[in-house]
Amino acid sequence: MNLLPFIEWTASTSLNHALTASPWAFAVTESIHLLALSVLGGAVLIVDLRLLGFGLRTHTIEEIAREAQPWFLGSWVVIVTTGVLLFVSEPQKLYFSAPFAVKMWCLLLGTIFALTVRRKVTLAGEGRVNPIWLKLVALVSLALWFGVGAGGRWIGFTG
Amino acid sequence: MSLLPFCQWLADTSGSIALHESLFMYPLVESTHVLTLCLFLGMAVMFDLRLLGLTLTRVPITEFKRRLGPWMVAGFVVMVITGVLLFYAIPVRSYQSIFFRVKSVALILAGLNAWIFHATIDCKVAEWDLAPVPPPAARRAGATSLVLWAVIVVTGRMIAYNWFDCDKQPQPHVVNVVAGCVVPPAGGR
Repeated sequence: MNLLPFIEWTASTSLNHALTASPWAFAVTESIHLLALSVLGGAVLIVDLRLLGFGLRTHTIEEIAREAQPWFLGSWVVIVTTGVLLFVSEPQKLYFSAPFAVKMWCLLLGTIFALTVRRKVTLAGEGRVNPIWLKLVALVSLALWFGVGAGGRWIGFTG
Repeated sequence: MSLLPFCQWLADTSGSIALHESLFMYPLVESTHVLTLCLFLGMAVMFDLRLLGLTLTRVPITEFKRRLGPWMVAGFVVMVITGVLLFYAIPVRSYQSIFFRVKSVALILAGLNAWIFHATIDCKVAEWDLAPVPPPAARRAGATSLVLWAVIVVTGRMIAYNWFDCDKQPQPHVVNVVAGCVVPPAGGR
């Protein structure tokens, strides 16, 4: 599938022109993107640490996961919205960026994983899932979100 | 007292030059600095939200601190080390960055806020440890912390932009004063 026509269309939208015309737009959008990253990181880590057997061990995995979920989803929406704006600002650069591709695949997999396997495992109830699986789920989750973050940071160092 | 001569001396040390000009080391240090936000600030945000009674309301405050405090401290240590290295790589420009200066002030205020929290309402934590919504003083500390850290993250990101750099003149007088730019008098040269 050739995405180039879509990329070129994105670059020709008035949103792209508005974002690139303002010297502040990109910087402000990226700052909000980073703030949401902090919240998302906290919401992901607090659950994954618990799955690994660290953190709030005196409370059930289910409780931690339920409490963290709204903050995860909320920050996800903010980070993806600002992310779309950042993409619209420089579609051609990102289309040819390898770190961006890594980031997008990790984001897709990380999100699907969080809403399916990880959600199922965290809400399964005490003792229903082998601790090895809990740890494995946490490690996969951490690896995927790390890929998103590291890929995102590395976009800025290339191209 | 100006720290500019010190920063200029620091910029000429071989370590600073090596880090500044390195192909991978600088990006690696900066990435570590940014990604550790998730660990340090992520945990701090969750704690502040707990102080505001917005999440994990059934987890006692002391429990939260005991179990997650060490992770936060570890993240903070990494943040400080990588932050110092970033400054070490680019001392003069950072020192004269308006954003770096605002960030430094906000960092001090955040430290002060944390200290006041520990010295006052946190001393009586036994009285409100289990409260789903902590008392006003604790909520204020949580909210203040969230605002200050948001300022720190945003100004930290903005250091990368050169809008107000000293070598980009003319700048408004107030910018030159706040950034500590050494500007030749108008009409000179």
